[in-house]
This record gives sequence, C-alpha cells and structure tokens, in this order.
Amino acid sequence: MELQTTIYLVVGLSFALYIGIAFWSRAGSTSEFYVAGGGVHPVMNGMATAADWMSAASFISMAGLISNMGYGGGLFLMGWTGGYVLLAMLLAPYLRKFGKFTVPQFIGDRFYSKSASTVAVLCLITASITYIIGQMTGVGVAFARFLGVSSSTGVYVGMGIVFLYAVFGGMKGITYTQVAQYVVLIFAYTIPAIFISLQLTGNPLPQLGLGSDLVGHDVSLLAKLDQVVTELGFGKYTTALPGSELNMFVYTMSLMIGTAGLPHVIMRFFTVPSVKDARSSAGWALVFIAILYTTAPAVGAMAKMNLIRTVAPGVVLKDQNIYAKETSLEYDKRPDWMKRWEKTGLLKFQDKNGDGRIQYYNDKAKSPDLQKKFADAGWKGNELSVNADIIVLANPEIALLPNWVIALVAAGGLAAALSTAAGLLMAISAAVSHDLIKGVFKPDISEKGELMAGKISMAIAIFVSGYLGLNPPGFAAGTVALAFGIAASTLFPAIMMGIFSKKMNKEGAMAGMLSGLAVTLFYVFAHKGIFFIKGTEYLGLIGGPNPFFGITPEAFGAIGALVNFAVAFAVDKMTPEPPEHIQHLVEMVRVPRGAKAVDGAHA
Amino acid sequence: MDKSGEAYWRATLRLLSIVLVIWFLVSFGAGILFASALNGIHLGGYPLGFWFAHQGSIYVFIALIFWYAKKMGDIDREFDVHEE
Repeated sequence: MELQTTIYLVVGLSFALYIGIAFWSRAGSTSEFYVAGGGVHPVMNGMATAADWMSAASFISMAGLISNMGYGGGLFLMGWTGGYVLLAMLLAPYLRKFGKFTVPQFIGDRFYSKSASTVAVLCLITASITYIIGQMTGVGVAFARFLGVSSSTGVYVGMGIVFLYAVFGGMKGITYTQVAQYVVLIFAYTIPAIFISLQLTGNPLPQLGLGSDLVGHDVSLLAKLDQVVTELGFGKYTTALPGSELNMFVYTMSLMIGTAGLPHVIMRFFTVPSVKDARSSAGWALVFIAILYTTAPAVGAMAKMNLIRTVAPGVVLKDQNIYAKETSLEYDKRPDWMKRWEKTGLLKFQDKNGDGRIQYYNDKAKSPDLQKKFADAGWKGNELSVNADIIVLANPEIALLPNWVIALVAAGGLAAALSTAAGLLMAISAAVSHDLIKGVFKPDISEKGELMAGKISMAIAIFVSGYLGLNPPGFAAGTVALAFGIAASTLFPAIMMGIFSKKMNKEGAMAGMLSGLAVTLFYVFAHKGIFFIKGTEYLGLIGGPNPFFGITPEAFGAIGALVNFAVAFAVDKMTPEPPEHIQHLVEMVRVPRGAKAVDGAHA
Repeated sequence: MDKSGEAYWRATLRLLSIVLVIWFLVSFGAGILFASALNGIHLGGYPLGFWFAHQGSIYVFIALIFWYAKKMGDIDREFDVHEE
C-alpha cells in the first residue's frame, strides 16, 4: 500500500478507537466530568497519567533535542522523570487525603482565602496555556507531515481536532481513552527504535543498543558518534553541555519541581481510591513513562547517526573520509523522505557552494583546525537545516523502515499531543468554571451552567494557544519547559508549604506565588516576548540574553521557586499565624487514616 | 515507644530525607556534578556519567518510589495510622 494511504488508515483507526471509547463512557455529572469517580486502579491510573504526561514534547520533540544536544539533553530525561519522586513523596498522598478535586481548591481551603484560590487559578492558567502552545507546535508538525501541508495549516487543523476532542470528553471519557492512547503511543515509539537499534548494533533493546558496539565494528556506537560529530564541528556527543553545568543543574531542577506542580498531573492523584494507592500510582506512572524515556536517548543518538549516514553515506559504517567531495550526498539523489519534509518547510536545503551536494555540519565551530578542514573541503557553510521537532516523526523514514511503522509513528505523535492537550484543557476548564466562577463570582450557578462555562473556557484556551503556537517561542519541548518553569515557581512551593509548614499563612502563600510568577515571567518574557508575542522582547533592559549567571529562560523556574519560598517565609514572619482550625487541618492531612472517598459532593 | 502524631511525622520526614538524598545523588550528583569524573569508567559502551544522565537515574527513581511506598506503609502500620 502507498505510504500516504497507510498513514490515513492507521491514524483514522486510532482516532475511531479514542472517539468510540470517549462516546461509550461519556461523562454525565460534573464530578464525573472532572474526576471520573473514585474507582480507578493504580495501574490503570498510572497508564492514563503516563499518556496525560507524555505530550508532543516527550514524543515528538524531546529525542530531536537530545539528538542535537547530546549529553545535555539528559536534563529533559532526568527532569521529567525525577519530578515523580517528589510528587509521590511530597504531594500526592497528602492531596489525596485532603480529598478535593483541583489544585486551586486545595490552596483556597488550606490558605482559608478565596483570593489565594484566585491567585492559584491565575498561575494554573498561565502554566497550562504555555504548555498547550508547545502541544500546538507539535500537533502542527505532525499534521503538516501527515496531510502534506505547511506547519501553520497543521496548527489550524490541530486546533479543530483538539477542540472537538476535549469538549465532548470529560475526565472519565479521557481516563479510558488515555489508556488506549498510551498503548498506541508506546508501540509507536518503541517499534521503530527496536528496528533501528537492530540495524545499527544488532541489539534489539534500544536501552542496551545505545551502549553496544556498532555493527561490524570494534568501536561502540557512542564512541563512533562522538568522533563523527566532532569532525563535523558539533559538540562531542557524550559530554556536550547546554550552556554550562550550572544551567543544566538549574534546568533539571526546574523541570523536576515543575512536574510536581503541574495541575493536570496532580489532578490525577485526587482520583485514586486511597492514600496508599496515591503513593504507588506515581510509581506506576513512572514505570510506564520510563519505557519511553529510556528509549528516547537511543532514538536521539541513532537519529543523529542516521541523519549523518544519509547526507554523508559511508562515513559511519565504511569509515570513509568525511571531508572527501564524493562523500557528500548529491541533492538530486536525496531520499524521498527529504522531499516529503521539504514540503512542510521544516527541512531546508540551500546549495551555498554550488556543488549540487549536501553539506551538513556546524559552520560556527570554534576550532581553527576544523575551519581549515572545512575550507579545504570546499564547504561554504551548512546547507541543510533540520527542525529538531521533525526528528522523531522522520526517524523511521530516515532509517527506511516499512510504511506501517511510519504510519504508526504519526498516529502515536498525534495521540501524545491530543491526550495532553485534553488533560490540560480539563484542568483549565475546572479552574475557571469550578474554582473561579462557582467558587468566587457566582456560587449559585447551575450544574449545567458550570459545564457550559468550562467548555467556553476550553474553547478560548485553544484559540489563544493555537494563535501563539503559529509563532511558537521555541521548539515544542522548549516551550513546554517554560510551562514547567511557571508551575515550578508558583504552584509547587505553595502546595508544599501548605503541607509541610503548619504555620504558613495566606499572606505568605499569596505573596510567594505572585512574586514567583512575576520574577519568572519577567525573565521569560524578556527573551520570548510579552505573552510570547514576537517583537516585544526586551533583552536590552536586562542586559542581553541569559544575564542571570548564564541561566536560560527555560531553566529559570527553579530560581523563581527560590524567590517564592523566600518571599513566602519573609511575609509569613510579619503577618498573623493561620487560625487554629487550619493548623489542625494540616495535622489531619499528614495522617492517612480517615481518608475521604472522593464523592460527587462539592465543598 | 512514642506513638504520637509528632513521632509519626518525624519518622515520615526521616524517610523523606533518605529518599531525597539518594534522588539528589543519582541525578544531580552522578548525572551532572560528577559526570565528567565518572565518564572515565565505562559500562559497556556507555561512559558512566552519561549513562546516569540518560538511563541510570530513571531506573533509580522508579525503585525509589516503590521502596518509599513500601516503607511508608510500614511506618503507617507501626504508628497505627494506616487506612482501615
């Protein structure tokens, strides 16, 4: 069957499956719409959390960035898994004991103030919208390739589908749909990786293949990759740092605590049957996440290798001289996948030295030695630009795998993006309709009115994030990292202090959240534009890019969190203690016995 | 033995600190701060520091969560605060 037809078929089938499940388990009441009753098994919940969690950033974007960053890409791997340890120990069991539906509800009750809950809603919406912008970028890439259109058209199509999808579901529909999506996306991710690992190392397990010898050679794959990328002027694969060691440290920290502060993930732990299950649920979620996350570094490294093998055939497996003229691939003989991706505008070739061949290298390499070699080879600048976000989707095409594998990856990418977008939209709609409108402005709103308000807020969120996704502030994973920074600097510290500091009062918590948010957004907007609108950056004002010890805006959330904690404790010291009953409440939350089952009742 | 709420909370915090120390050592320690030193050692074709950053820390995180969940269950029963 022709490739395009196969893609339509596989993507169509997977969609039919999700829609079927969503329809079959459609949400009836508001409580079902948000939390799916109390009866989701930890393993199921773990799988659904994993699907919720692994978004376009994990599936489509991350391995591409690792492919470019090498060792430094480990910050995504450690950051987006290590947060689960924090979540399992510091938040999940206590939030479960507290027995509420949403994060703003917890913050509103614990800090005995509707204003605190409103501030939490503000932080939640900022983080979630930023996150969805990243998803839209990813969806745009996937649809662009899948329909053979530009990436902007891909974003419009994605907006429509996400809208239909989120508005008709509800959490209960989503939980079971997400189990199905997890299965689709994990097969889509691992099958091509197994094929490629076999091709390059003869070992079917990518986790072991990455540490094995290159097929027919006595040298390990990573050592060969190190050698080839250095010859092309890129940083050495196994040691390349993202800016500096400090930046990597802070970036990883920011992603970890952001993981533990993201509302759509936390919401999952309100729905497990018991405190005990809340602890192990996080473990199960991480098991399912780890299957993808330990495969991703192999995908990244092997994609880099295969890309180089494509444009400079013979260099990797036959050890040919990389600088020889005949080594570079002739443009007219380029493989079909390049032609397909050129249509999306995400892969571009420009023949700078007019030899009709493709030279792919880092023309900004600092070493004069290398620059001389490039000049001697007659290279006049890098001629191929490959958007990092296409690497995973193009990976099976680059490795010349069968059509059904390519189709499966397209379906998996869409599953990942849609499931997370839906989960986030659910968190936004719950925050607006339940916490803001019902909780603060209009307590007598009918259940029907509440559902309607939720759906309208979803529609607005999709429109805003789709619009900003057209000119995204970075690659999908980079944009999503910004969202983590915002969650890390606002919600995580507030929730944590709510549980671990009995004396933390509402003034402290609010001041902390607001200052964490302000500091982080100020730094991020300076680099990425005010509300991510292009052309409104104000780098001059803060003294050039990354002025704070070379820390990049994606990594700044950890600093924002420090500010949050510091301000909260300072303000707490100057204002009255929380009332007696709140201190008792905290003591109650710390003990598992007497956990309330989450019922349909609204507090 | 002291079975008060305070003693329970102290035991909980003690377990938390142990887990956090290991969590920090494998990721920020072995994966970042000491990565270049560890890269001298090889695990198959993997330099060890690189392995911790790209593989090892994830495996340890999983083990940590389940170990924590089990230990915490033990503490709950010891202080008789487990769910009925």
